[in-house]
Amino acid sequence: MTVKVGIPRALLYYYFYPQWLSFFQHLDVEPVVSHRTTRGLLEKGLRSTVDEACLPVKLAVGHVLDLKDRVDYLFLPRLVSMARREYICPKFLGFPDMVRNTIDHLPPVIDINLDLYHKRSNAYNFFQTLGKMFTKNPARIYLAYRASCQAHGNYCKELESGALPGELKTLANSNGKNGGMADITIAVIGHPYNIYDRFISMDMIKRLFESGVNVVTADHLADSVIRQEAGKLPKQLFWTLNQRMIGAAYHYFNDPEIHGLIHVASFGCGPDSMTGELIERFARSRSTKPLLVLTLDEHTGEAGIVTRLEAFLDMVRWRRNLADVAATL
Amino acid sequence: MIVTYPHMGYMWICVKAMLEYLGVEVALPPPTTKKTLLLGVKHGPEFACMPLKLNLGNFMEAAELGADTMVMAGGCGPCRFGYYAQVEHAILQDLGYRYDLVVLEPPEKHIGELLGKIRQITGNRSWRQVIKGINFGYKKAWAVDDLERMAHYTRPRELFHGATDRAFKTALAEIVAVRQPEELPAARERAMAIMQNVEIDEHRQVVRVGIVGEIYTLLEPFANMDIEKKLGEMGVEVDRSIFLSEWINDHLFMGFGRNVRSSKEALKKAVAYLGHFVGGHGLETVGNTILYAEKGYDGVLQVLPFTCMPEIVAQSILPRVSQDLGIPVMTLIVDEQSGEAGLITRLEAFVDLLARKKRFREGLA
Ligand code: SF4
Ligand code: SF4
Repeated sequence: MTVKVGIPRALLYYYFYPQWLSFFQHLDVEPVVSHRTTRGLLEKGLRSTVDEACLPVKLAVGHVLDLKDRVDYLFLPRLVSMARREYICPKFLGFPDMVRNTIDHLPPVIDINLDLYHKRSNAYNFFQTLGKMFTKNPARIYLAYRASCQAHGNYCKELESGALPGELKTLANSNGKNGGMADITIAVIGHPYNIYDRFISMDMIKRLFESGVNVVTADHLADSVIRQEAGKLPKQLFWTLNQRMIGAAYHYFNDPEIHGLIHVASFGCGPDSMTGELIERFARSRSTKPLLVLTLDEHTGEAGIVTRLEAFLDMVRWRRNLADVAATL
Repeated sequence: MIVTYPHMGYMWICVKAMLEYLGVEVALPPPTTKKTLLLGVKHGPEFACMPLKLNLGNFMEAAELGADTMVMAGGCGPCRFGYYAQVEHAILQDLGYRYDLVVLEPPEKHIGELLGKIRQITGNRSWRQVIKGINFGYKKAWAVDDLERMAHYTRPRELFHGATDRAFKTALAEIVAVRQPEELPAARERAMAIMQNVEIDEHRQVVRVGIVGEIYTLLEPFANMDIEKKLGEMGVEVDRSIFLSEWINDHLFMGFGRNVRSSKEALKKAVAYLGHFVGGHGLETVGNTILYAEKGYDGVLQVLPFTCMPEIVAQSILPRVSQDLGIPVMTLIVDEQSGEAGLITRLEAFVDLLARKKRFREGLA
């Protein structure tokens, strides 16, 4: 019987799943991904976390609960750092322990550190330790690692050429454009686990598609572009995801093909509170593009979000038409 | 150049001593009040943690006193503090304040940068003098901390209500007034004597509570709504897990100081529950809770600002620690809307519980 490893469809699942899936499959381990987010799944997470935690952490706990009774291992790697001298967020550092100390009767938790903070650290250490749990054969681990890197590389390339992660993939056509129907392009800026989770984002990206909007995100930009833009900050940001967000925001503010930006933040998110402020300041002082800021928590009502989205799109279109008319004068 | 820096409890005493000893002109922000908070809330990011808002208010109020150079500590994450200075400076600039910003970043890459920044503030003083100045500040912090510890002891035992607070104020003034390092030991003696003169009932039964949590809210009475005083008056002897001098010793002197409590012990303890540092004092919070339980304290109080990330990690873990070690833990989250009335009710209920448990235990013994 193959070993089943549970992967919560949460947090950096959206970034790493092709790589993780490929690695496990090459070692004949069966990855089991938790179900799609639903109200019920979220409610479970809410009941098992402290009120003060941010929505993404509560949701991730819901996904853990969804998995815990049907897998042999829970895959909750401690994502310390994805890049040199950067972290993701304190809660990522403590997540496996938050889970372990709040939920009883868990299967064994795999909480190996992925830590690329230091110069000499590399991702192979992580996969090597992980692989050793399932095979004694180092060559197999190495090959699985190579294959997983390939999968990750392909995934990044796909995203850069406009695809969307996960289930959203089918929405956009190959170059990410919304058929011939779209008349405006909006950049959606936010943590991947907020904007790509269809329940949490209230299906924002699909709604935008249906309203005739092209959607771009930080993941459609090359890492070098993002880093160059984020390099304009007075001090380098030490949160990888928020650096991506702010770099992308700066880029899209200056991109003439983008008509407006939506910043999706988590209520109570530490990094978002800081970079959100910088993005808003930039929008006010150095850009004429409309910016919509949406802060999500478990009480956010769908109706309110839809109304605000519609009003925002009206404004973006109005401005755009105005600009077109002005150009002919 | 007129230098200012934000408040954090009695930190101003130590930093002012150091800077003025080196001939730097200082404009201290007025004491943090409701008005400071309102300024910070109005102009700061809505979801920023509370220390940022209070810092911002401090800088705005200090500008009115002529300050033109703001000094802040830096950091390399993962918690927000490492980016405070930049965000605060950007906000102040947009508001039209003309502040020069000096950020003292921890010397991770090379120490030269930090030394350069210190030069920027202290001008052409010799390094020998700079080190003497730093040491002077440290010694003051140490003296203040000792006075605070004495107040923690006497407050729940004082015979006359308010005696501790009055003595503490006079004793503190002795330390503040010292301008030369040579005069500090004598002043310290006088201050200690003042505290020793507080009349107490040594045999009074007191409840002992360890206070853990985020450093700013632990050290700044305005932010924690004077929790130490409130608990003291309810007959609680508190022990605070973080003191400024200990922090300086751990972080600036790399734990070289002798006879100083260090956070290392707490960090070792925490590993059983939290396998990685999480920024801020999250790991210390978990470790110190364990230490307090082992030392036989009656309870632990965790204090944190709303949305503080490292402390939320710790908060998620503390119920398990509390259960395993049988020590009651209460979490107090402060933000700009925190009210006094609700706090007192909660504290009283907690202290009541601890006192009852204690009587029960002692009845058994
Ligand atoms: S980055 Fe923000 S949203 Fe993500 S886990 Fe940390 S606090 Fe929560
Ligand atoms: S420790 Fe908490 S309150 Fe302090 S800066 Fe970090 S997140 Fe904010």
